[in-house]
Amino acid sequence: MVITIYILAAIVCAALPFVIRRKGVAAVSTFCFVAFQLFFSGWALFNKGVTVAGFFTADALGLLMLSCLAIVVLPTTIHSGLYLREDRADASSCSIYAASYVLLIAALSLGYLSNHIALTWVFTEVTTLSAAMLIYHHRNRQALEGTWKYVFVCAISVTFVFIGILLISLSLLHAGSSDLSYESLALHAAALDGFWLKLGFIFIVVGYTAKMGLFPMFTAGIDAKDNAPAPIAALLASVLVNLGFVGIYRTYSVVSATPLCSWSRVLLTVLAFITLFVATAYMLRVRNIKRMLAYSGIEHMAIVTLGIAAGRVGCYAAILHIVMHTFVKSGLFLHFNQLYRVFKSKMADAMGGYFNYYPFGAMVLLLGVVSIVAVPPSGLFVSEFMIFKAMFGAGHFALLALALILLTVLIWAFVRNFLKIIFIPLPQDNLPSAVRISPWESVTQLLLFAVAIYIGYAAPPAVMELIGEAAAFVR
Amino acid sequence: MTDIVLIVFLMTLLYMAIANRMRSYVKILAVQGVLLFVVAVLQLKEMNAFNLVWILLETLAFKSVAVPAVLLHTINRNHITREAEPFLPHFVSLIITALIVVGSFLLAEMINDSFLDKTFFVAAVSAIFFGLYFIASRRKLLSHVMGYMVIENGVTVLALAVGNEMPLLINLGVMLDIFASVLILGIFINKIGDVFRDADVEDLTELKD
Repeated sequence: MVITIYILAAIVCAALPFVIRRKGVAAVSTFCFVAFQLFFSGWALFNKGVTVAGFFTADALGLLMLSCLAIVVLPTTIHSGLYLREDRADASSCSIYAASYVLLIAALSLGYLSNHIALTWVFTEVTTLSAAMLIYHHRNRQALEGTWKYVFVCAISVTFVFIGILLISLSLLHAGSSDLSYESLALHAAALDGFWLKLGFIFIVVGYTAKMGLFPMFTAGIDAKDNAPAPIAALLASVLVNLGFVGIYRTYSVVSATPLCSWSRVLLTVLAFITLFVATAYMLRVRNIKRMLAYSGIEHMAIVTLGIAAGRVGCYAAILHIVMHTFVKSGLFLHFNQLYRVFKSKMADAMGGYFNYYPFGAMVLLLGVVSIVAVPPSGLFVSEFMIFKAMFGAGHFALLALALILLTVLIWAFVRNFLKIIFIPLPQDNLPSAVRISPWESVTQLLLFAVAIYIGYAAPPAVMELIGEAAAFVR
Repeated sequence: MTDIVLIVFLMTLLYMAIANRMRSYVKILAVQGVLLFVVAVLQLKEMNAFNLVWILLETLAFKSVAVPAVLLHTINRNHITREAEPFLPHFVSLIITALIVVGSFLLAEMINDSFLDKTFFVAAVSAIFFGLYFIASRRKLLSHVMGYMVIENGVTVLALAVGNEMPLLINLGVMLDIFASVLILGIFINKIGDVFRDADVEDLTELKD
């Protein structure tokens, strides 16, 4: 019942601004939808484990991701409003922005809660559509190039996931069932046909890497985050990535109950290492701040994948990591707009001495940088440490050493650029003109970073319990 | 009978590897749509009438009429040159395509499965990998779109193979087809064509690291 109302509300709130192209309509329907989203998340939290409409279950993983979305959606909505005002967007592009924004959030929520392998896939497809409209917001050549690459790569990856589902359905036919819900797959895990499951798992993982940001399909996401408005990039780099993770993790939890478990861990580890290597290589040469943040997201997803490949303890740490990453990364992307307004550029070379122009913002950015590179007091430090401990416990010493070396290089490249932006003044001849930014705009990011630290060091028992339950999906 | 149709489907892939006009590709895609229609008629005997009509309509009306018509319209309106400008000579293309087909046969030999007809598997896997190769080896953006359509056709073949047991998946496959094609072609016709005209991959190099 609630889910039907939620879907109807999403459709109405997305259709209204699309039909009536007025700024007021766009604002009102977005705010109504966000209010509804919060209500829906709250309802789901109080109805843990309940299955509604047959296809949506409020299980631990879904609830965690839904709560992350509910927390991130508030600041991104505020900053979307600020962004559109600053950008002097016309009524038509405001309306399309609002409609796609609502559609994206609704598709994400429903994707998290889907208990059917095909339904997760359907909502992933819907996020491609809505994200493409948002990436194209600026309607210039670069935005078009980014959108085209994103749509094309996502179309291929979505097709890959579908092939994977077809192959897994073949594997399930051997077990004498045709019910493709995760529950039924887990129930028949022992009788699934190994060959088809193997092939299907490869296709599904490769397909979802486009959303999660792992090798081989990560490229689309980088261009998308570079070209999308910063509040949208914040969503793409955090909650959309989580949907890719949910897709991979739920399938992995089925595979982990079969004899293919250790094979699937090798596959995930290999993908994670190639990703980590690629992220390090690019981080050394990229000068564009937004792309740097996007590559940092890829690095964190590689760490998360290493975590889930390291067994039960690793899964706990990986889910904790992805939850905190959601807050920190979205905060950094939201801060990008303030940085951009001071320096009028995306390039690290044109930025410097941020402390002199906007001290409060510089402090927030510094906290964000410390948080994202997982140095204490960052919450990510806790989870990253746990992941490495899990790898150590699993006996992967050489892999661990390699990962730590790559991470050291990557963090050096990342921090070098950001410390320059914050502390080292620009040469006298190209100083930016003074811009006044209200410190209130940076408060939202400060809160997001604070939430990550809070969860890292003093997580409420309820959250830890949820993470523990989600980690227990994997045998 | 389905075997013959699927082998003709494989032959269209080989022809696509050596054809060098954009219009030939469009025609091949239309023919593939018709072939899929025939396969669907022969294969889906256990499906209920409403569902069957819906799938047949998709293969015939959408795949072999609507999509080719839109592609032709795009070629004409944007004055896209006739030549496909592949990166590799046709001879090499043909060899690679043949290797893909042979590889799929070898892969199919490993399978001993009562639920899946091997010919379906060979046709589907060949089409999927041929589509990927086609995308990688052509310069024009519109031929990338066509390569994607070939992948879609391969997926449809695979979905038809399990269609009797899993009608849900066949419907989802149809949905994927329509959704992705409309999304990709929609962007192409509305935007890329206007901005980049005779677009090829060299135009899309602004975003890089």
